[in-house]
Amino acid sequence: MYKLTAVTKDYPKGRHTVRALRGVDLVIEDGDWLAIQGPTGHGKSTLLQILGALDRSTSGTVEFRGQDLASLRESQLTRVRATSIGFIFQTFNLIPTLSAQENVETALVPLGVTNAERRQRAARALAEVSLADRARHLPSELSGGQQQRVAIARALVKKPAVLLADEPTGNLDEGTRDEIMTLLEYLWQELGLTLVIVTHDTSVARRAQQTGVMKEGRLVVQLAAQHTKT
Amino acid sequence: MFITYLLRELRRRMRQAIFVAAGLALGIGLVITVIAASTGVSDSQATVLHSLYGVGTDVTVTQSPASGSGRPPNFRIGGASPGKAGTSFSRNVLRGPGLGTLKSSSVSTISGLTDVSAASGALSLTDLSLSGTVPSGSQQGAPGGAGSGSVTSSTFTVTGIDPAGDSLGPLSSATITSGHNITTAESTANVAVVDSNYAAAQSLKVGSKITVAGKSFTVVGIARAAQSASSADVYIPLARAQSLAGMTNEVNTIYVSATSSADISTVSKEISGALPKATVTTSSDLASEVTGSLSSASSLANSLGKWLAVAVLAAAFGIASILTVSAVSRRVREFGTLKAMGWRSRRIIRQIMGEALVIGIIGGIAGVALGYGGAALVQSLAPPLTASTAATSSGGPAGAAGQGGPGGGGGLARAASAASHSVSVHLTAPVTAGVVALAVALAILGGLIAGSLGGWRAVRLRPAAALARVE
Repeated sequence: MYKLTAVTKDYPKGRHTVRALRGVDLVIEDGDWLAIQGPTGHGKSTLLQILGALDRSTSGTVEFRGQDLASLRESQLTRVRATSIGFIFQTFNLIPTLSAQENVETALVPLGVTNAERRQRAARALAEVSLADRARHLPSELSGGQQQRVAIARALVKKPAVLLADEPTGNLDEGTRDEIMTLLEYLWQELGLTLVIVTHDTSVARRAQQTGVMKEGRLVVQLAAQHTKT
Repeated sequence: MFITYLLRELRRRMRQAIFVAAGLALGIGLVITVIAASTGVSDSQATVLHSLYGVGTDVTVTQSPASGSGRPPNFRIGGASPGKAGTSFSRNVLRGPGLGTLKSSSVSTISGLTDVSAASGALSLTDLSLSGTVPSGSQQGAPGGAGSGSVTSSTFTVTGIDPAGDSLGPLSSATITSGHNITTAESTANVAVVDSNYAAAQSLKVGSKITVAGKSFTVVGIARAAQSASSADVYIPLARAQSLAGMTNEVNTIYVSATSSADISTVSKEISGALPKATVTTSSDLASEVTGSLSSASSLANSLGKWLAVAVLAAAFGIASILTVSAVSRRVREFGTLKAMGWRSRRIIRQIMGEALVIGIIGGIAGVALGYGGAALVQSLAPPLTASTAATSSGGPAGAAGQGGPGGGGGLARAASAASHSVSVHLTAPVTAGVVALAVALAILGGLIAGSLGGWRAVRLRPAAALARVE
């Protein structure tokens, strides 16, 4: 799925330059579940953004399904995100004025499907995360856990090749965290997703198949597989 | 999804949307009101000019009086020698009001010019009657003649018109309410058309007899002048006016119509070439001489009003843009999320522009309503406006008044000064379809400007940077 070679990422900060990633090498195979841990500010989210084609590396190569993302134009990167990559964010990032169903539908808008198909697929995605009865509720009318489940449905409705999650349980209590992680694990197993989760929570990272640790912009350790799919 | 997202977002920030729409409505309403008032002022000016020229006239030709002319008549009551003091007398004369004159042949000359469609001559005169008793010797011979003693005078204005040229000239804007206009068959007859106000004051009707320069004329028609139009009291055939005033083959105003409004300046030059000593006045020349509250209203509408409307509209556009950009700034993370899901920048820009456009259109509709209200208010509250032309020799029939020469007091000078013209018009403020279309266009423009700035703001950040924003 992914092959990163000597990837660096620099950010200008005033008169200085901050190096967020320092020569990261990483291989993620189809169907892998990778958790990336590390302290705040050491480049975890930056790495996730590079994987998600939300930002470009300063140097190095980022291959996604055989394509070098650095060589793609912005419109091509947008297309990659539209068809192949699903995102989940710590703060859920739902559109506050749209219902749960409509939020899920926003992921299908760039694909140009018909209105009827869009509604059907969104309804099915919500059902898969057990929120069919909340389809018409606004995000403000849902709990944190329910909002994150809507976000998961939104990420998965387009059947992406990879699901990238940035601190998906960061804003949730313990019980809800376990609920969400159980759902993600289920979907990883059932749908054969490639799943990359950035987290500072060790209990979340422990559930992943593989764990990497970011320290000062370097992917320092990539542990061997802790478990395989059953 | 586009409409749903748009309407939900507008509902979320309804207060701000209403504020922006209200600002646009105010600016657009003011623009409409100012344009309507300005159009009304222009219409009033056209009405005033028509009243001076008559409908259909593009150019008037007059002549400055020769020096030494225009002295008031000396009424020799007793002929070569004064009559006996105390003897009764009565005199009735028809005199020009001190305007210069042109040869009647000039009308033909002008008619023959390339860009002239028609020309007609007229002779504006004053009928002056004196009656009373011969004053004593020490009072006789005084210029003006109407000295002390039991002498009474009366005047009325008489205009000799060419029956063949009734589409031009002083009667062209009037309506014959009774009887008929003077026909070409009556061009040498003692017939008259009387102004309706004068007829009412003198209890005249069709068939009545009036005396002009001591001759009896039959009233064949009553004419009601157009609103605010200037009007003589009595109209008689030009040939009769020339004969009675001793001004054979003379006119003091020639009315000219150009083949098209684009040719007016060409016609003006051609006439000046054919008649170098004549004074040629176009409607735009006369417009610059109009004074009075109408002129002030015109300046107010065209300068202060226009700039005020532009300033308010610019402010409304500015506020709409600032608030749109501000609203977009608060949604940067939302747009970053949409981009992360694969929404293209132009789809996001379209969404933002759609929201701004809807606010603009709502503001435009409200602005049109405000504009209609403002125009109606202007129309109902505006006092009647007056317009006067200066009493100079370069004017049309309203010009050269008061050129009575030295010592020109008494009845003739007073009669002459009545020729300087002042009309009163009520200001209208018409809202035309063109103005409404302009308002809609301004509303759309306001929406597009605000939306463009907001859209640019939204998409200039990379998705990662947008997602990193804290709301």
